[in-house]
Amino acid sequence: IVSTFNNYNDLYPDWTQREVSTGTTIMAVEFEGGVVIGADSRTTTGAYIANRVTDKLTPIHERIFCCRSGSAADTQAIADAVTYQLGFHSIELDEAPLVQTAASLFREMCYRYREELMAGIIVAGWDPRRGGQVYTVPVGGMMTRQPVSVGGSGSSYIYGYVDSNYRAGMSKEECLKFTAEALTLAMERDGSSGGVVRLAVISEQGVERQVILGNQLPKFSTV
Amino acid sequence: MSEELFPEPEWLSEEVKTGTTIIAVTFDGGVVLGSDSRVSAGESVVNRVMNKLSPLHDKIYCALSGSAADAQTIAEIVNYQLDVHSYLSPMSYDPLVCSAATLVKNISYKYKEELSAHLIVAGWDRKKGGQVYATLNGLLSRQPFAIGGSGSFYINGFVDAEYRKNMTKRESQEFVVNALTLAMGRDGSSGGVAYVVTIDKDGAEEKCVLGNELPKFFDE
Repeated sequence: IVSTFNNYNDLYPDWTQREVSTGTTIMAVEFEGGVVIGADSRTTTGAYIANRVTDKLTPIHERIFCCRSGSAADTQAIADAVTYQLGFHSIELDEAPLVQTAASLFREMCYRYREELMAGIIVAGWDPRRGGQVYTVPVGGMMTRQPVSVGGSGSSYIYGYVDSNYRAGMSKEECLKFTAEALTLAMERDGSSGGVVRLAVISEQGVERQVILGNQLPKFSTV
Repeated sequence: MSEELFPEPEWLSEEVKTGTTIIAVTFDGGVVLGSDSRVSAGESVVNRVMNKLSPLHDKIYCALSGSAADAQTIAEIVNYQLDVHSYLSPMSYDPLVCSAATLVKNISYKYKEELSAHLIVAGWDRKKGGQVYATLNGLLSRQPFAIGGSGSFYINGFVDAEYRKNMTKRESQEFVVNALTLAMGRDGSSGGVAYVVTIDKDGAEEKCVLGNELPKFFDE
């Protein structure tokens, strides 16, 4: 598919006229006792990969993370604002905040400023009241809870895979494998997703992070 | 926005497109083609039972996607050209799948600015067995399997993960039906029933899988 070039043609490189975007594939899955979240690591400015080892899994609170997709600037700004608001709220309450609260704060901001923002966010975490939860706040500012959620430009390619392979009641290891495979498939097809796969498991015990490098990614027979 | 008491429905002025999901897969001994059955004009579904698998010859079929008019016309023209080719050439065997695909590609490439249709050509011939050719935008590419249409984006991950070489006929048919079902579940422009055509050395077998017979997947 040929992309259209703007007026400058070849005078200036493509990336000087494009906004920085986290092209992206992000995903989050609930399991009994927590959530598994994952993301690719590519940030693009037009055709240039500005960062090939981006961390799109951003901590909002001790056991609440968000996966960011869309404009890198917008999502970073929103995440910073929500981190502050949630931290303040948690001190007032004197207890761990609910994941739903964090998701609501994201939704408030994404909906209020929906015309100016381009942000698709998945909020996932663990709280003592409801265990592992995944909330998705796509572009436009809706919020809904889902057992499994995918987002970003690469997500279109894996809807079929996720629909057919997700089962309720998977274990932590099965969720990790499922997420890594889905992200790998998306990264193979989406030009704006790539690099390494970053995973995190959030549960009562805390947060465990891991990285799967390019040569360790699962292999599929795409002849 | 113009103010009218009864504004003209969008679909009267929108071009008719086969939103679509199409897929073709080779197996050991032949090919399986599959398609959905929805034709949409804007938001309206103008035909919910259209068979998008069109015969080009006895053992060569093509799957249509994109603009309905363009795709059908290309298929009709190539059908005619293949008939002429069969009569005029002193051959005692059926035309090659490669020939059919090349004819489709020639039209797609020559008129690429005017046409917007993507045909997947698949069939069986004596020389190379089952073959699948993709002819998107005037390119010609032989592949173990091919997907096309708006619904195909959603099943890229699924087909990449689940396709294996040398599947049996039965497994390929299941693979095609599963892929179509998943795509129809996610793409608003694909839906209806699933048409499946299996071609091997004995001929072509057409089958229609109704909505309630399609496999069920987890739905969030």
